[in-house]
Amino acid sequence: MKRIKNQPSQRVPLSALKREDIHTGLICLLPSLILIGVFTLYPIAHSLFLSFHKWSILSPEKPFVGFDNYIKMFRTGEFWLTLKNTALYTLGVVPVGAAASLALALLLNRKLFCSGFFRTTYFLPVITSTIAISIVWLWLYDDNNGLFNIVLRRFGISGIPWLVSSKYALVSIMLMTIWKNAGYHMIILLAGLQSIPDTYYEAADMDGANAWQKFRYITWPHIIPAMLFVLITNTIFTFQAFGQIYTMTGGGPAKSTSVIVYYLYQRAFEAREMGYASAVSWVIFIILFILTALQLKIAKRNN
Amino acid sequence: MKPAKIAKKTVLYCVLLILAFIFLFPFLWMILSALKTDQQIFSYSAKFLPDPANWKNFIEAWQYIPLGQYYLNSIIVSGIITISQVITSAMAAYVFAKLYFPYKNAIFLMFLGIMMIPTQVTIIPLFILIRKLNLIDTYAALILPFMAYPYGAFLLRQFFMTIPVDLEDAARIDGCSRFWILTKIIMPLSKPAIMTLAMLSFMWSWNSFLWPLVVTNNMKRYTLQVGLAMLRSEVSMSGNWSLLMAATVITIVPVLIFLLLTQKYIIKGISLTGLKS
Repeated sequence: MKRIKNQPSQRVPLSALKREDIHTGLICLLPSLILIGVFTLYPIAHSLFLSFHKWSILSPEKPFVGFDNYIKMFRTGEFWLTLKNTALYTLGVVPVGAAASLALALLLNRKLFCSGFFRTTYFLPVITSTIAISIVWLWLYDDNNGLFNIVLRRFGISGIPWLVSSKYALVSIMLMTIWKNAGYHMIILLAGLQSIPDTYYEAADMDGANAWQKFRYITWPHIIPAMLFVLITNTIFTFQAFGQIYTMTGGGPAKSTSVIVYYLYQRAFEAREMGYASAVSWVIFIILFILTALQLKIAKRNN
Repeated sequence: MKPAKIAKKTVLYCVLLILAFIFLFPFLWMILSALKTDQQIFSYSAKFLPDPANWKNFIEAWQYIPLGQYYLNSIIVSGIITISQVITSAMAAYVFAKLYFPYKNAIFLMFLGIMMIPTQVTIIPLFILIRKLNLIDTYAALILPFMAYPYGAFLLRQFFMTIPVDLEDAARIDGCSRFWILTKIIMPLSKPAIMTLAMLSFMWSWNSFLWPLVVTNNMKRYTLQVGLAMLRSEVSMSGNWSLLMAATVITIVPVLIFLLLTQKYIIKGISLTGLKS
């Protein structure tokens, strides 16, 4: 076997093999490198450049303004408001969503009759588009004719102004988001649960451990890495919410659901302030970069 | 079985069924609303079931907005993005997993870094670029920025690395080129991983919204998601909810069936992302 393996290097000099590798490698990498360069790396650099200029896309003038865009942003109340809304939204969705997903995963992590049916059902909102889901929930939340308020009224409770009150709107969108994505993180946590060897639980049974003790001392320590992954990726994902805000409230009422990416969209594509909006996008980028670095650090510590 | 065990099982299945209901009822309500007339929808004493079922909404929705055109656009865009992502990812992953290439680990690390950059951050310069190239309202605008997918290269690399070297060595001794080995040995052996990547790409591009919203102004190039969102803003004026529900049913049911039939691959792809962390 070894001799056969070595044969090519006896026939052809090694450098020729390496040369073929480099040749093929270049052809194979080129499409990805060109596409990533043109459509990811260049835009990032260009967005940094734009963030130091004042430019409405229609005007030929593009004066350099230094840090003016950033200073203006930090002095704008709406920027801080949307950042606050984003933080509230993320802090609401991520922990509750993770707890819900863990509960679902724990329920499904056993021999069940029709387990495929239950898993598929919980997974259904994940594969449906955010826009379609938002429209369905918009109708469920409808003040007069929505299902939720119809049911509440049948029980003699006055309806809740789900999306029309600035007190409830963000919470209502949070509820919908948790419902939509619970099945996604359930799958990740379920994979984590299934990687725990059965023998651990059998040993615990022999020692007479109860269900809580088994969860606390076997399941939880093993699920922590998957849990951290869920928490951090979902933070990054939730931070970028856009489709549901656009479809359900348009940032209202009274900007109570306007999140940072929606703000970016309005500044760039409605007000056409490309320079200012680029500065906003860099702030989003830096926040996400910090969150990602945190993710990598925690992942490393766990490995 | 002991009575205590039976009781426990009953409670478990009740909880599972209640949860199933929580995840299903919005879909059921959508279908029921799509089958109602406007009067049935708006009365306070609204019945839960449509009586009689009104199938006309579906025909009206299909005539009211060019749903067929939206479908075609979404299929073209998501189809090309998916195929292209599989090809570019497989080629890049092959280099990372199997070939000698200078600085390949540095390039791979760059790929990993790019994986973390969301479109939201690059969307403004991308839009300016597409506008400068005169590509607004074209399929190219919807497709070009997403033809390469660093996560795909990452996913396939992990799988390619598990394929034993002996197979390739045997082929190389027979004088096969590296490229032939990729297309005729590695790719066929990696069919499950490639299907997983294809399904994730398809689902992601089919459901994407912000970019198509930004680069299309012409209804002829709207994807399903953009078309649906536009219909929604119209309905907020007209109040024609049963029509909107019918349109939503038409846009999601076929693709839901397709995704459910292939959910094995989607679920595998999602659980892989977690385990690889």
